[in-house]
Parts: sequence; structure tokens; C-alpha cells
Amino acid sequence: MADVDLVLGNDITAPVAIGEFSKFGCDKVFDRTKIALVPDHFTPNKDVKAARQCACMRNFAYEQDIKNYFEVGHDCGIEHALLPEKGLVTAGDLVIGADSHTCTYGALGAFSTGIGSTDMASAMATGKIWLRVPEAIRVELTGKFNRHVSGKDLILHLIGMIGVDGARYQSLEFTGSGIAALSMDDRFTIANMAIEAGAKNGIFPVDETCLKYLKEHGAKEPLVHEADVDAEYAQTIKIDLSKLKPTVAFPHLPENTREVDSIGEIKIDQVVIGSCTNGRISDLKAAAEILSGRKVAKNVRCIVIPATQKIWLEALELGYLKIFAESGCVVSTPTCGPCLGGHMGILAKGERAVTTTNRNFVGRMGHVESEIYLASPAVAAASAVLGKVASPDALI
Amino acid sequence: MKIKGSVHKFNDNVDTDVIIPARYLNTSDPKELATHCMEDIDAKFSTRVRVGDIIVAGKNFGCGSSREHAPIAIKACGVSCVIATTFARIFYRNALNIALPILECAEAAENINAGDVVSVELATGTIRNETSGMTFKAEPFPPFMQELIEVGGLIEYMKRQQAKN
Repeated sequence: MADVDLVLGNDITAPVAIGEFSKFGCDKVFDRTKIALVPDHFTPNKDVKAARQCACMRNFAYEQDIKNYFEVGHDCGIEHALLPEKGLVTAGDLVIGADSHTCTYGALGAFSTGIGSTDMASAMATGKIWLRVPEAIRVELTGKFNRHVSGKDLILHLIGMIGVDGARYQSLEFTGSGIAALSMDDRFTIANMAIEAGAKNGIFPVDETCLKYLKEHGAKEPLVHEADVDAEYAQTIKIDLSKLKPTVAFPHLPENTREVDSIGEIKIDQVVIGSCTNGRISDLKAAAEILSGRKVAKNVRCIVIPATQKIWLEALELGYLKIFAESGCVVSTPTCGPCLGGHMGILAKGERAVTTTNRNFVGRMGHVESEIYLASPAVAAASAVLGKVASPDALI
Repeated sequence: MKIKGSVHKFNDNVDTDVIIPARYLNTSDPKELATHCMEDIDAKFSTRVRVGDIIVAGKNFGCGSSREHAPIAIKACGVSCVIATTFARIFYRNALNIALPILECAEAAENINAGDVVSVELATGTIRNETSGMTFKAEPFPPFMQELIEVGGLIEYMKRQQAKN
């Protein structure tokens, strides 16, 4: 049994957890400052049932006086972009979240992992969770990304190498000289998709870039853990970042990866740029740079979703929202919406989408006969302009 | 705990999006979730499945989202046990936490077909294909996990632990 530093839930998983918590027989949560509740999946409320679930979580947050409850419009956002932004996670923390992408915070040197609603309920009551110490896979990064290549291409490439269960129940430990040049946003994207290889968590070393981020966001004093020199690993994987190319995962598994310049013509109907994987400011910047002065193809709907209210405002101030609107994109309030086929961009039968999200399972974004191609913001933006799955290098 | 039922067979990487599509996650009512269980890979599963039936699948069963609605839907359908080559980590935890019996056994997953009648003894991890006569051995759960299932899941288990202390 381990003590948790933060317990997270959202509008889909928290209502189930709240129901289980009520069976525990304790009136109060273990620590009202160590729980984060984020309405982000079906928000702004997509229908009456979703509204009821949000109300359930909101009422619980008020009753329990939960410090970190983030209402729509008030400092809101997609949980895994929001929590680091609010300084709620620091290096050395143990974070558990009733959302599989909780592994995102490994970018900050925290051990963070996804769990279900009952684990969340139990942790809200006791402040504890049972965990098995995972084996680790060492991912050694060298070199630097070329233009239009980003953290998304790296993690898709890695999942393509080891498969969707290649790191099942293991820790993906990123290391090597290549890390210094990775932005925090790239690291969040990479750690975020560790789960897509089946990993329990993905974790980065705490370097100057990370410490600077933690300080700027008002996080608690970090506790830095480093890997032992003689640590044993299940395997070591070496990746030279300079050799990576823009990469896309074909339907219906994230492991079905191909380099974009090696594929034929695949026409698309929709593009989504956003999510806990790629809705941060540098993601929007990459998309805006490509869309600036260009138009989204006539037959394509391009939906841009800044991941948090703060990112939305920053994108406004930097002129990105204007670029998106003028190029023919629609810009949404922060929501997980289309990523999981909730709302704000559901696919019809036979439709294809290029998205910066994290899963391309059957029916994930809508009809069971729709198709999802996972890609970076740069590839998604280029695809929106060209109306087909395309590399930014294919633009004139 | 003795389990016996007829088998529904699935392939590798059955993800939680197909076990219970997110479009139905605006409710957590087990009965309602059960009516959509497996809908996106087997549209008629929820009408075909009978109380006591067993799911047998390949590797990485339950990959993807952390939604506990997935094992809840399976359990609420009446499924008595899931046997797979391997399980995705979060699904594995969630199933145990809600006392849905699961067993990892590659040999069983390979040698059991749809429609076979299978019996399972959780305490020993013994899986018997009553149709073919073959017997398989899954690694039994450590005692604390077995107790967790027997008492009805994590909440009850933790309550009892707290009472002991």
C-alpha cells in the first residue's frame, strides 16, 4: 500500500467513484486538497444524462469542499493539460487518476498512473492504493528532431516498434542525451501515450527544463529520483531523434504506424487538433504556422480545441485563433469531446479523420465504420489543407 | 468459488471502447451499460449472452481507457468469468476491484472455442473445457486478491482491513 499525493477524476469516472465512496461509510475524503475533479469529457454538458453526471461531481466537490474542482469557463480545461499548468503535480509525486492518460505527469518526474473508479473511491477515502512495482523498459533517446517532427512522431514510432501491449504492466523510462532538446510539451505528449503501449507509466528525468516548468507553474518543491546506475531493465530501446519522420497510426490500433511520406492518397473528411495529447500551446503553434495564409480544403472540417482556458487565451493573444478562423477551422472551448466520440465532431459511417488524439480504435470517434489516423499537429494541419493524410513537407 | 458456463470468444486487443462505447458513458447504470456491452464488435452480444457465460479472448484484453464501465457492463450482462491470454493493466485492476473473476491463461485461450462449456475453479486456477475434456492451469491469484474477489471487491476489502486495524 502506498500513500498518494493526488487523486484525479473526471465527469465520466468520478460519478462511479462517488457512488462507491458512499459505500465506504466515511463522511469526508482523506484530504480535500489532494483530490482533483475535472469536468472535461462531456463538457460543456452534451446532453441531459451528461449534465446529471457533471452535477453529481459538482455537488460532491461542494459538499466535500474539494479545493481543486475546475468548473467550465472558470480556469477549466482537459485534466492532463490542466493539472501541470496549475502546478498540482511535482517531481516525486505519486499521482493516481481515474483516466488512463494520467501517465502524462511522468513528464514531470512524477510516478503517475491510470486506475479505475473503485480505486479512486478507495483512495479518496483512505489516501492509499495497492500497487505492484513495475519492470522498466529503458528508452534511450539521442539526436534532435528535424523540422516538422515532434514528440507525437516519437511516441507513435515507439508504439509501432513495440506494439500496443509492448510495455504492458511496465514502466517506460525515457533517458539519454536527446531529452535535453525536448520541450515540456513534447514530453507531456510522449508520457501521455505510454498507456497506448500498455505501460503502467512513462517517466522522464528531472532536468533544468523540467525544474524551470515546475517553478514557473508554482508546483511544490520537487523530490528528484534518479535511476540507479546498475538498474536492471527488461529491455533497452535506442531511438535517434534525427532519424524520425512525420508518422501516422493507421486504423484501428496505435501500433499501425507508417511514415507519412510512404503512404498513398487517403482522402479525409475531418481533422481534430487538440486533446490531452496535443492541445497545448506549442501544438497550436505548429498547426497555426502551417495554416497561416492557407485554407482548409473545401471538403474537410477542421476542429481546433485548445486544451485549457489559459491555452485558449494564449492562442488568442498570439493570433493563432484568428489564423485558425481565417483558414476555415472551427475553434472550440476546451473539451475531450471528439477524442472519445462524445460530442463536438462525431464521424459518420465511412468518414475518415486525421486527429492529434491518442486512440484510433474501432468506433472511437463515432460510427464503427469510420476511420481514425493519429498524427502530430503539423501533420494534422497539413492534412486539413491538402484534404488527405499528408506531410507538412508536401505543402507548396 | 465454482464457475461454469458457455463461451463467447474474442480476438486480441479487445479495447474498452468496443466493450462499452463512450457514447454510452453518460450513464453508470450497470443494467443500461449491459445492453450495449461489446456492441461495436458483436452487435448482438448483449441479447445472446446468458447468465453464467464465460468470455475467452486473446492478448491485451481491455486495453485503452480506464473506464470501469467496461468490467461493470460485462459483469452486469451475467458473464461469470473472463479468461484471456493477457489483460491490459487497468482493466485487470478494475475487474478485481468489482469482483469480476478473471484469469490469464494462454493455453486455455488457444484451446477453447466459441460455444464450448468451460468450468473454472478460481482458488486453484483450474480451467476445464468440458466440451473437449482438456484441462488448463492458470496462475491462481495471490491470497489477498482472492480474498478481494471473495468479499465482493475492493471497497468491502478495504472496509474489513480498516475494521481489523
